[in-house]
Amino acid sequence: MKREVPLIITFLSGIIIIIAFFIPLYPFGSYKNFPGLQDRFLQWYNILLGFTLILGIDTLIAYHWKKIKEGSKDAPYSIALIVSIFITLAVGIFSWVKYGDPFKAGSPFMFYYDYIFVPLQSTMFALLAFFIASAAYRAFRARNLEATLLLIAAAFVMIGRVPAGDNILNIYLFGYHITLPKIAAWILDTPNMAVQRGILIGVALGGIAMSLRIILGIEKTYLS
Amino acid sequence: MKKIYDILEFLGKIDRRWIFLFVFVFTTLPLALKFKVRVTPTEEVKIAFNYIENLKEGDRVLISIDYDPASMPELQPMLYAILRHLFRKNLKVIMMGHWPLGLPLGKTALEEVAKEYNKKYGEDYVFLGFRPGGSAVMVAMGSEIRNVFAADQYGTPLDSLPVMRDVHNYDDIALLIGLEAGSTGDFWVQFANARFGQEIILGCTAVIAPNLYPYYQAGQIRGIIGGLRGAADYENLVGKLGTGSIGMWVQSAIHILIIIFIIFGNVGYFVLRRRRKRSV
Amino acid sequence: MYSGFLHAFGVWLAAFFTLSIFSFLYKDNPFYKFAEHIYVGSSAAYWILYLFVFDVKPLLWDAFFRNTGFEKWILIVPFALSLMMLTRFIPNISWISRYAIAFVVGIGAGLAITGSIQGILIPQLKGTLVPLFGKENFWHYVNNWILVAGVLTTLFYFYFSIHHRGILRGLAKTGIIFIMIAFGAAFGYTVMARVSLLIGRIHFLLFEWLSFIFH
Repeated sequence: MKREVPLIITFLSGIIIIIAFFIPLYPFGSYKNFPGLQDRFLQWYNILLGFTLILGIDTLIAYHWKKIKEGSKDAPYSIALIVSIFITLAVGIFSWVKYGDPFKAGSPFMFYYDYIFVPLQSTMFALLAFFIASAAYRAFRARNLEATLLLIAAAFVMIGRVPAGDNILNIYLFGYHITLPKIAAWILDTPNMAVQRGILIGVALGGIAMSLRIILGIEKTYLS
Repeated sequence: MKKIYDILEFLGKIDRRWIFLFVFVFTTLPLALKFKVRVTPTEEVKIAFNYIENLKEGDRVLISIDYDPASMPELQPMLYAILRHLFRKNLKVIMMGHWPLGLPLGKTALEEVAKEYNKKYGEDYVFLGFRPGGSAVMVAMGSEIRNVFAADQYGTPLDSLPVMRDVHNYDDIALLIGLEAGSTGDFWVQFANARFGQEIILGCTAVIAPNLYPYYQAGQIRGIIGGLRGAADYENLVGKLGTGSIGMWVQSAIHILIIIFIIFGNVGYFVLRRRRKRSV
Repeated sequence: MYSGFLHAFGVWLAAFFTLSIFSFLYKDNPFYKFAEHIYVGSSAAYWILYLFVFDVKPLLWDAFFRNTGFEKWILIVPFALSLMMLTRFIPNISWISRYAIAFVVGIGAGLAITGSIQGILIPQLKGTLVPLFGKENFWHYVNNWILVAGVLTTLFYFYFSIHHRGILRGLAKTGIIFIMIAFGAAFGYTVMARVSLLIGRIHFLLFEWLSFIFH
């Protein structure tokens, strides 16, 4: 019951979506204004997916609540986290009730978003610029042919895609006008594109295999 | 000679905080000087621009905001340039998104640029908002947009908005522009383009730009506007330079700096390796 | 959008959080930890708020009062499934959430199969069928040869079901060379992306926070 019924639900929901692709007629597809099974299921899927977004929050709150109860040295930060959850929610709900839309320009929630959330998230990711420079300096060594090719390709793309690279190289070879931007463009259009396509095809095949396994009930890890 | 080798070996052992300082200085100085630079637009961006240029007045363009504040510096200038182009051509804009954290950014840009061109909400543009579901939303929109968005972000039924009156699915949308910071663009291609034949242009962060070239070559997307360079290219084509173009000078400086550091690191590494071989 | 004082207060608040995060570059410190925890807490709260603003209200609540007849009462099914999903928070009855998760996973798998085949596999294979010979001279087709060779050797490099020996080892080696060139290009673009994010923050600090110095 606890495992068999979910497997049947997975099979039926998955197979109906696939059948609807090939037979878009009612009852799988829609008929005039009456939604078919596919449209109905997709509508329910949209509703449910919203709830999956908050599933991890209980773990987050429980973890930090435990730190506060134990009085660990990081407890003040956990308090800040939990307080910020409640303040954000309170500000959002207040703005929603007062303005009808929490995202209305000038609402307290938008103030919170513009001056607290956006700077925090943007700066977290801006730190990566420093780390990528440091990591490139420490780790990028032309140890062998492959590493050297990687470095050369990176250098061409880095210089070829900025204005500084426009005039560094300007030659004619076998009737072709060669510049750094053109080399960078060729690297992206040809060898990079070929590799990305190979990876894309591989990932697609893997995804198809995994999805089939899930629908047929061979893969059950999502039930744990 | 030994001193020269010592110096060369030292080049491979610079403390990372000095690297951070150099990166900070090389970013701040060019920005403070506020040079805006004209760039020669790349082929993919020119093709995207020309595709929009050839749309007819009154055509509907769907913009999907699929990024968050983390990608704002790259995609927000791109969005401003694209909106200016769309409104200049009197195209109708329908904005939605799959990344709820980035939607306020899209909404702010839309309202600001609409005001610049005296566009009216409901007649020239509409903001639909976000619905969870990702690919399910994309497939559902293929039959009827109202199955997913019965009303706009403010609760106004779509049928009462002139811009949405005759828009029911992708057949009524001339172009979809996805501004992407993750894999949502792949889903747009897989579902909106492959299943429903929707024409797509993707603007994206520089991280994912290389991944989109297979779609571009296969004709599944009409153009790629990649990273801050793409934003600067589009600003140049539209004729109004903004933060994208300001950033290009800094990009040049930092890229050259990083290449210099990589050369230093390799010089230090090879000198150290040679010394170790000799001592053995 | 905001009055003079509110805007100034907001900018100083934003600058405080920006500099707190940047302080991590020197070393980990209480300001950074505080800012990091506020960020995580705010993000979590945003997702809860979004759930109600974009999901529960328009798709369940408004739809229930807008629709009539069968379309109205059928909404009980997704509502029930949503409640089942939330039982995950209660350990004794969390097994009920499997029904809702099974539904979500099944739909996702169904969409993935159709999307991958129609949207990736077939168009990408079609894009790889390019002319390798023709009326033009060889150099006209060089890029097509590189494309086909790149795709095939990349796919082969990741095929681990047979031992890469002899000529197959040569194919795998060619694949890794193509892959390294592509990864180099990807790295170059990644540097551009990360630097762009830094430019955005420094631009804010110079022209919004320190606007009295930099105009």
